[in-house]
Amino acid sequence: MVKYFLGQSVLRSSWDQVFAAFWQRYPNPYSKHVLTEDIVHREVTPDQKLLSRRLLTKTNRMPRWAERLFPANVAHSVYVLEDSIVDPQNQTMTTFTWNINHARLMVVEERCVYCVNSDNSGWTEIRREAWVSSSLFGVSRAVQEFGLARFKSNVTKTMKGFEYILAKLQGEFLGEAPSKTLVETAKEAKEKAKETALAATEKAKDLASKAATKKQQQQQQFV
Amino acid sequence: MNSVGEACTDMKREYDQCFNRWFAEKFLKGDSSGDPCTDLFKRYQQCVQKEIPIEGLEFMGHGKEKPENSS
Repeated sequence: MVKYFLGQSVLRSSWDQVFAAFWQRYPNPYSKHVLTEDIVHREVTPDQKLLSRRLLTKTNRMPRWAERLFPANVAHSVYVLEDSIVDPQNQTMTTFTWNINHARLMVVEERCVYCVNSDNSGWTEIRREAWVSSSLFGVSRAVQEFGLARFKSNVTKTMKGFEYILAKLQGEFLGEAPSKTLVETAKEAKEKAKETALAATEKAKDLASKAATKKQQQQQQFV
Repeated sequence: MNSVGEACTDMKREYDQCFNRWFAEKFLKGDSSGDPCTDLFKRYQQCVQKEIPIEGLEFMGHGKEKPENSS
């Protein structure tokens, strides 16, 4: 997941003044976090463009919570590369800047296009895009996936455990092998109850008819 | 501004002065007559290339190479 930034700025100076200032802006009161500056590559192309690579080292200022989470990153400054193409014929300049260390923690990339302001040719506009990404986002997704997979596996174990203990308890109650399930024993109990009831009804019927016959015999004697 | 290699700072400043003059007075005006700073640049580069912790990164792109003190 990448955070995207888009912005536009205007400098009230002409394009050639801005391009010249670009190379002279360090140090300035707002650049205390920039420690060193070096041109590490420069060439003029056949079509009269100036290609440059500038290396900057910057302080690595993090909030306290980040310092605690990433102690290994605290001691190292950030190395930043800025590649640029100056095209004086078209009066434009393009820059691409990114950090080359601390990359496993976070990468910030910035692309700028400098050109003559569309409203005022004595001004310069800067179109700035940036992308902020972190591989930690992938780590947090992996942690979530792992957590869910482990949870599902534990649910399976929970249910198996339940079935085991239930079967065991039913086996002890009925004096039968613990392999029978609650459903099976319940069924059997039902059948048994039916049979007993039927037998009781028959017996009662039998007793009743026997009693009736005896009474008849007694009455006959007294007449 | 300091160079990443302390010993190179003076050479860097000399080169920068030469470059800034040529850039504003010649290059931006479309004057393609020679670059007067090549010697100063060479001297500066000889010093600084030893100090920089990066190698072979693609121009205008982010390279896969990792510097020594990466974290």
